[in-house]
Amino acid sequence: MTYEILGITVLWLFLYGYLIVGSIDFGAGFFHFYNKLSRKNYQVNKLIQRYLSPVWEVTNVFLVFFFVGIVGFFPDTAYYYGTALLVPGSISIVLIAIRGSYYAFNTYGSKDSRVYSFLYGISGLLIPASFTIVLTISEGGYLDVSEGSVTLLLRELLTSTYSWSVVVLAVVSVLYISAAFLTYYSYQAGDRASHQVFRRYTLLWAGPAILASLLIFYTISRHNPEHFQNMLDISWMFMLSFLFFLGAVMLIYRERRLGLAFVLVMLQFFSAWFGYGASHLPYLLYPHLTIYDGFVNETMAAALIAAFIAGLLLLIPSLVLLMRLFLFDADYVRGNR
Amino acid sequence: MFLEYDAAVFSRMLTGLTLGFHIIFATIGVGVPLMIAFAEWMGLRKHDEHYRLLARRWARGFVVTVAVGVVTGTSIGLQLNLLWPNFMQLAGQTISLPLFMEVFAFFFEAIFLGIYLYTWDRFKNRTRHFLLMIPIVIGASFSAFFITSVNSFMNAPRGFELTNGVITNIHPLAAMFNPAAPTKTAHVLVTCYLTSAFVLGMIGAVKMLKGDRHVYHKKALQLTMTAAFVFSIGTVGIGDLSGKYLAEYQPEKLAAAEWHFKTQTEAPLVVGGVLKEGNNVQYALEVPYALSILAHGTPSAEVTGLEEFAQEDRPPLIVHYFFDSMVAIGMYLVFIPLLYLVFRWKKPGWLHHKVLLWGIAAGGPLSILATELGWVYAEVGRQPWILHDIMRTPEGATTSEHVDAMLYLFIGLYAVLGISSAVVLRKMFKNNPVAHELESRGIDRRGGSS
Repeated sequence: MTYEILGITVLWLFLYGYLIVGSIDFGAGFFHFYNKLSRKNYQVNKLIQRYLSPVWEVTNVFLVFFFVGIVGFFPDTAYYYGTALLVPGSISIVLIAIRGSYYAFNTYGSKDSRVYSFLYGISGLLIPASFTIVLTISEGGYLDVSEGSVTLLLRELLTSTYSWSVVVLAVVSVLYISAAFLTYYSYQAGDRASHQVFRRYTLLWAGPAILASLLIFYTISRHNPEHFQNMLDISWMFMLSFLFFLGAVMLIYRERRLGLAFVLVMLQFFSAWFGYGASHLPYLLYPHLTIYDGFVNETMAAALIAAFIAGLLLLIPSLVLLMRLFLFDADYVRGNR
Repeated sequence: MFLEYDAAVFSRMLTGLTLGFHIIFATIGVGVPLMIAFAEWMGLRKHDEHYRLLARRWARGFVVTVAVGVVTGTSIGLQLNLLWPNFMQLAGQTISLPLFMEVFAFFFEAIFLGIYLYTWDRFKNRTRHFLLMIPIVIGASFSAFFITSVNSFMNAPRGFELTNGVITNIHPLAAMFNPAAPTKTAHVLVTCYLTSAFVLGMIGAVKMLKGDRHVYHKKALQLTMTAAFVFSIGTVGIGDLSGKYLAEYQPEKLAAAEWHFKTQTEAPLVVGGVLKEGNNVQYALEVPYALSILAHGTPSAEVTGLEEFAQEDRPPLIVHYFFDSMVAIGMYLVFIPLLYLVFRWKKPGWLHHKVLLWGIAAGGPLSILATELGWVYAEVGRQPWILHDIMRTPEGATTSEHVDAMLYLFIGLYAVLGISSAVVLRKMFKNNPVAHELESRGIDRRGGSS
């Protein structure tokens, strides 16, 4: 494996981490607000707060890792994406800022506020939608690269069916992943009522999630046939993803082995995510930038990888401790601690 | 609005805005964990529940500031790429290592902070809970260290060679441990601790000024002022070393700060003053030999003047005022805790005198102001370079046409965040005052003042 492939794989893995943890977090925030609005089932909200509270900062770090890492491993991305993404990137920053701070204000402040809950519930759904712009742009055709400057073709972006189908997929996936996790978590907590609510949400969003992915296949085949052809070459990864999906929905429908069901959901997205990523290579930005011409010098690459391994050795035990204390401590989940 | 559009100028303004807002929360984020650790440690050692409650309440407020620190930190991280793509392209090749490690350090801190906050009463052995604070302090301080080493790289770029626009011979560690790194990182760390001690001391002092003479606040003052004294002495010492660094590696930055135009031996230090035509300094206080001592340690040393540098390579002369104000506040921050300790030793009756309490309370906002002034000096004083002697600031900037609109967007965002966090913090402690919490936790019976 070359340094280039290793680097992009590590980064892609982090983005996958963000996809899962962030989806759980953003979806939970939205459900929290939705349930509050409809004054249903206050129990659910307490449960969501319980899950979210200890891990909220961790979510954000996955994202920071990705964008610091990509400039480290592929400095030329800063030039292309940095110049083009000023406006959409700034909007994402504003959303993240609103989401993070109002979540904290609502949770740690003295009272649970409806306005704060609205702000972080809604901004949480808009964040994934706004971030997908980066993936959309990477397919090419939305940037004007001429001598010495890069500009975003906003009209092309906003009128493209491909870019909107990516947005739909992002939002629907967030709700689906989050609901699947909370189905399992509420079951662990012994909260029957909430469990039923989230089970219904999961089954409700499962169909749209799959339909949205099909829509992506269709629109990408028209927008970037080269990429689509590469996807067909590794179509087994997407088939696998579909099988994981069927397994997960089946288990949740029958209310069996919910932990495994969520693992299947994670695998569903893992195989699709890496299928998409692998078929995208070698391009970081169609057709201007590949992982080979944009790669950092070898000395820095080795240093970054060494730092990365050292960092993981430090972080993994800490994360395990965090999960053992909160997510998977039966007493904590049930609210006894 | 009234300016002619220049992407580089607006990029500087927006970066300055984000950093100026972020460093308030970042400074507190780096320093307060150490103070919390001190308080909890004192509580354990002295079996004193007051200190433990102090740690607990500080931690509760800290969480809100951390949240804003995290989101604005994410903001500056992304903005560096969005506003300075050309600079980041070069930086990615040379200085991305500490940038990358900063994220690890922060990640480490975030995980343990999550655990710490929710496990106050979970361990039978209380020392265990205290131990959780250690990775938080380490993570916070190391993330400050790493990120400051990136900034010091901008002042003293090392660890690579640039020939005809091609970067070769890269040494990531040499870039990270550049000549500016030791003094800069030490200065940032110790002033974060100092500022945090003063901000927390301010809370106690304000409570006492409002008539709450509970021993809880007195203990808070004693802890914060003792710590502040140590950190302020450290600040002075490191400040002196920073002067020597500048004299050797960035003499124009020092000369601009001191309005030192002609190279000369036995150079005096210019304090305050007004600049008249022909670089004539008027109404200034001149301390003989002081600049030579600051720059090289001996009164007879020769100090390079600004006239040695071409006009287009000189930093703006206004930095003199930022520098002087920062130093003046620094002196004040030495004086107040010193006074506190002297009173405690010789005149215990004056220890909680109104004037001293006012002095401590003013130290809170002043120390934050000094942090801001120091940053402005550090950044404006490096101009016209974004990467000293290698890349001029406009060369690093974006070419986008919408930076002005983004500037207004972020002014709005930070205004909203600043106001909201102030409101939330105020409410949090107003709805749960110390006296009430002391009682409800069974620490005090009614009227525990002494």
